[in-house]
Amino acid sequence: MTSANDEAVAPPNQAGSQRSAAAVATNGADSSSQLSHDEELQAYRDMLLIRRFEEKAGQLYGMGYIGGFCHLYIGQEAVVVGMQMALRQGDQLITGYRDHGHMLACGMDPKGVMAELTGRQGGYSRGKGGSMHMFSVEKAFYGGHGIVAAQVPLGAGLAFANRYRKNGQVSLTYFGEGAANQGQVYETFNMASLWKLPVIFIIENNRYAMGTAVARAAAKSEELYARGAAFGIPGEQVDGMDVGTVNAAGERAIAHARAGNGPYILEMMTYRYRGHSMSDPAKYRTREEVQKVREEQDPIERLRTRLLAGGTSEDGLKAVDKEIRAIVNDAAEFSQTNPEPAESELWTDITRDLSA
Amino acid sequence: MPTQVLMPALSPTMEEGTLAKWLVKEGDAITAGDVIAEIETDKATMEVEAVDEGTLGRILILEGTEGVKVNTPIAMILEDGEDASALDGTTVTGAPAPPDVAESTPPATQTDADQSASPPAAVAAVSRAAPELEIPANTEMIATTVREALRDAMAEEMRRDGDVFIMGEEVAEYQGAYKVTQGLLQEFGPERVIDTPITEHGFAGIGTGAAFAGLKPIVEFMTFNFAMQAIDHIINSAAKTLYMSGGQMGCSMVFRGPNGAAARVAAQHSQDYSSWYAQVPGLKVIAPYSAADAKGLLKSAIRDPNPIIFLENEILYGQSFDVPALDDWLIPIGRAKILRSGDGVTLVSYSRSVAYALEAADALAEEGISAEVIDLRTLRPLDLETVVQSVMKTNRLVTVEEAWPVCSIGTEVCQQVTSRAFDYLDAPPTKVAGANVPMPYAANLEKLALPSVAQVVAAAKAVSYA
Repeated sequence: MTSANDEAVAPPNQAGSQRSAAAVATNGADSSSQLSHDEELQAYRDMLLIRRFEEKAGQLYGMGYIGGFCHLYIGQEAVVVGMQMALRQGDQLITGYRDHGHMLACGMDPKGVMAELTGRQGGYSRGKGGSMHMFSVEKAFYGGHGIVAAQVPLGAGLAFANRYRKNGQVSLTYFGEGAANQGQVYETFNMASLWKLPVIFIIENNRYAMGTAVARAAAKSEELYARGAAFGIPGEQVDGMDVGTVNAAGERAIAHARAGNGPYILEMMTYRYRGHSMSDPAKYRTREEVQKVREEQDPIERLRTRLLAGGTSEDGLKAVDKEIRAIVNDAAEFSQTNPEPAESELWTDITRDLSA
Repeated sequence: MPTQVLMPALSPTMEEGTLAKWLVKEGDAITAGDVIAEIETDKATMEVEAVDEGTLGRILILEGTEGVKVNTPIAMILEDGEDASALDGTTVTGAPAPPDVAESTPPATQTDADQSASPPAAVAAVSRAAPELEIPANTEMIATTVREALRDAMAEEMRRDGDVFIMGEEVAEYQGAYKVTQGLLQEFGPERVIDTPITEHGFAGIGTGAAFAGLKPIVEFMTFNFAMQAIDHIINSAAKTLYMSGGQMGCSMVFRGPNGAAARVAAQHSQDYSSWYAQVPGLKVIAPYSAADAKGLLKSAIRDPNPIIFLENEILYGQSFDVPALDDWLIPIGRAKILRSGDGVTLVSYSRSVAYALEAADALAEEGISAEVIDLRTLRPLDLETVVQSVMKTNRLVTVEEAWPVCSIGTEVCQQVTSRAFDYLDAPPTKVAGANVPMPYAANLEKLALPSVAQVVAAAKAVSYA
């Protein structure tokens, strides 16, 4: 594979430079990871938490505990975990509706997330937001947005606030390759570059916008990372199925933005194993295609192979599995036993009082 | 203990389905994520993935079985080390097993919640704003245009709070497309007075994001006609986030600019959006008439912790009104103002249409009809209390607005008064509104499309049977 970091970050004034890591690596292939063994173990744990949490969410949906829309992140875990490890305290995240992974990665309590999915009082939004609308000011997670691409200017607005306050923080603004076709993305690219906002645009290219394959919806679909070129925004394509490669690209992009050089685009080549939402039978792709990605590129399996090769014991990883299962089971239990919001909640949080 | 695999619901509305096919057989090892079966719903065929690991111990529902209720056990998975004896007592069926009610009933999601349009009385009571402060005697009154009053309000609040900034098209170097931001760039610099490209959707979103992060943006639309490009952020991002976050996160910000008809700019530049925004929970909507109200309400809007729609009027920008020379002139949001007292008929209006109501009141006085004129000033929350009190005195109501008549502010006021003060009404409440047509360009047609003083007088006389 062509490594994405085989040259230094382009000088800030060299507007619109792009590099591409065209091929997506297969299991066991070399990773450009700079992560230490402990960091890799942490990444394994974080990705596994997302995987098991999402599987459980799918199960609770099937049992009727979770209603409405529920978009699972299974398969894409390396993207958010790798990026999160490149952040500093106070840096912000914002994403669309496939948001459970982002919330877990930034340290939000799995119980609060799962209880929001089941619409309970103990959920992050007290049951009033649901799967697509959760927030944690404490963890600098700004949602959770249900309108495709709305989070892109909102994320640039977070970066605008960082620049206004000169606080050195950056905003990670995630969106899918489907959202990359929305007009407001380019309005935002223009202003983010014009004003040198410290924002990283992360395109999670999971190849299908609901049921539409990227090549059927996007002109020059093989290089979405280059869509900032006209605005002078550098971009690169990254193997989003390898957590170390993601992390290394994240470090480069964040350093660029934090140094005052303006926005940066990372196109993460990733894959979602499940349907777009729970009621999507995913007939627009073959089972073999999904199976092949799972077998050859699964981000958790790839890291597991590397950890074992690096001397981590099977028992050590089994202990992590066990710990994660217990956390997820606790979250599931809480989300089913925690009460629904009081009826009085219907009328709260519509507007704030001045004194509040 | 063996783990049950339950018939999953694969859509928000699925209650039962057909177990079309098993893709694994008893004795097969299973890992989480394996596709184990196919289920047909009325909409599609879906795959079922295993959530647990182990060995498929027993299939409980044979393939081809129709009408399998959601949450019925369809198979048993044995954990590592368990053998088939753990399955003793389970039965295989070709028909749906009777579901265990206690287990299969999903948690109640239907409540008997009050579906009425308004909160219970106890909640509603707190929504009325504090009364307006009296202007101290001997306060100097200074003739000020609405344009200057708005600028002064922004400048005072920007001096007071470093988190307040203004962004919009031509707000900085050009000094405002309508010169409302005159002098702000010179005083506050380009970091706080920010020219944007012509990109309403984008900068409304960036402004909202900055407000999420705790800044207090004033987003100027050159006119509210262009805010339609941005309305998704105003409503879905700004207005709803406080509720959707369970009160954790909202945005303190003002969207402002001229609204409604100017003069001879035709259909795409002449719309009154008052009722569009006034319909949305989470927003507050202000539409002042006088310069004093414009200043006092804009200052309150900038301090308010909610997203505010501040609707100005281009024709009013150049008109002068007395503004009290006070250091901190604030008017509470949510309070109507009685501009003229009377006991014969109540005229209710807002923004530029207030001028029609005042002029009509003069004309009516000459004919011996005493009109009370109420300027709503805030359109959400509506100060119905002031209107209802007035109608209980006059027993007659006419609303006056330039907006289209369908689902308008006047429509809402008439309906609310009818339901709250029906027994006090001596005539049906009447609306005077703009014509139900896109705004025409031709001078004579434009005049016909807007309400007139004569129409207001005629309506007031009609409800007075005079």
